[in-house]
Amino acid sequence: MVSRFIQVAWLIVKKDLTIEARSRELFLTTLFFAASCVLVFAFGFVSDQNPIGEAAAGILWIAIAFAGTLALGRAFERERYHDVLHALLLAPADRPAIYIGKLLGVICLLAIVEIIIVPLISLFFQTPILRHPWLLGGLLACGTLGFASVGTLFAAMLVRARSRDVLLPVLLYPITIPVIIAGVRGTVLLLQPEIDVVMVRAWIGMLVFFDVVFITLSLWTFEPLMTD
Amino acid sequence: MAEPAVSAPTVKSVMSTSQFSDAFDCLAFEDVSRYFGRMRALSHVSFSCMAGEIVGVLGPNGAGKSTLLALAATLISPSAGGIRYGNHGTHERGGNVRANIGMLSHDTQLYPELTARENLHFFAGLFGVQDPASCAEAALSRSALRARGDEPVMKFSRGMRQRLALERALIHDPKLVLLDEPFTGLDDSSSKSLANRLQGLRDSGRIILLTTHDFEAAEGLLDRVALLWDGALLNVEPVTGSLRDHYVSHTRQVARTVKVSK
Repeated sequence: MVSRFIQVAWLIVKKDLTIEARSRELFLTTLFFAASCVLVFAFGFVSDQNPIGEAAAGILWIAIAFAGTLALGRAFERERYHDVLHALLLAPADRPAIYIGKLLGVICLLAIVEIIIVPLISLFFQTPILRHPWLLGGLLACGTLGFASVGTLFAAMLVRARSRDVLLPVLLYPITIPVIIAGVRGTVLLLQPEIDVVMVRAWIGMLVFFDVVFITLSLWTFEPLMTD
Repeated sequence: MAEPAVSAPTVKSVMSTSQFSDAFDCLAFEDVSRYFGRMRALSHVSFSCMAGEIVGVLGPNGAGKSTLLALAATLISPSAGGIRYGNHGTHERGGNVRANIGMLSHDTQLYPELTARENLHFFAGLFGVQDPASCAEAALSRSALRARGDEPVMKFSRGMRQRLALERALIHDPKLVLLDEPFTGLDDSSSKSLANRLQGLRDSGRIILLTTHDFEAAEGLLDRVALLWDGALLNVEPVTGSLRDHYVSHTRQVARTVKVSK
């Protein structure tokens, strides 16, 4: 039962990554959007090579949230075109496995974008953001998981809605605000000269809590949302 | 490749639901209604299809044919009434039921960026087929697309996509086959191949429910015809004579009745 769940999720991830590797449609648009975001803020917040306070932390998470919304908005487009979603739903597989597969695909995409924009932020804002890579990695991994888990659910829910591009951010941002705030606060601590590891871990712990809540609710509601 | 024989009996008479014994030997709509908001798509539809039978669902555009297939495929639920799959209850719509259903919809339900082989391999895995690779190869051979199996589907013609889509729908050897306009985009020779394929499925005891407007392609293929009109089932009867004549005579009669009642 569990192995079948994993098998279906893996099939979905593999399929999404294969398509993305060929088209690079989502990756390029998401990366371009995130990099543009960082660049525009760099012009606004850096003057005479002196960035304003801890703006880099907020800009990192804004770039992730905006680029993530773009990626999530297109996450189910491939299933919507040619009515493939119905073929997936007809499969005798656990429907939450489809959700997990799509979620992992989005996370892989955002992870690659983050690997590129974090050094960009470090460069443009002259911040020691990469001084504690494991803690930063923990914050980004947990924050991205929380954001993408809700986003994937909403993207699936809105796949048949005509105004889905407008509705997705409207629904997504209010719910994921706690994740973004926890991510920003944790990242701000990483930029301090004296890092408070306990507090960073506390923010990571809070992100883990949000992840557990969001993923549990998403797994619980995905099947009824997709059924009719 | 010949279809594997199944033990389901080839029965063409309509049975009452109490007679259903073996799993998935029939599909029965029991007083099914379906509403989308306030719009009525289907109203009190009751009929059965048996193993080894091809039933055509005919009717004008908007009559409710696709809704009927979507209901049978478990993609939507009835607003009232129920659908029985063999000895599976009317509220059973889980994996056990879905594993026995294959559906070809209006769209091809294929990923255009993936190759034909990758599409078949993916869906074979998704439907839990034991050996997805060999199953995909067999399906490519059946659709006469083996030579182009490594080309992305987006490069295929409409007819080739349709042939591939049919094999995608049948990849897990379903007992209930639902086909929405299966002859769309097919040339004469492909239509004949599809008709032969469907006859093979019927002979191996599958239940086949299809909608079509292509009367010539479906001529001689259907055992019974269910005529839908504005969401209501007018009749389900064996086809005698030409399919087009059968359809035209019934629809004229209904149109006259509607006109008189107005």
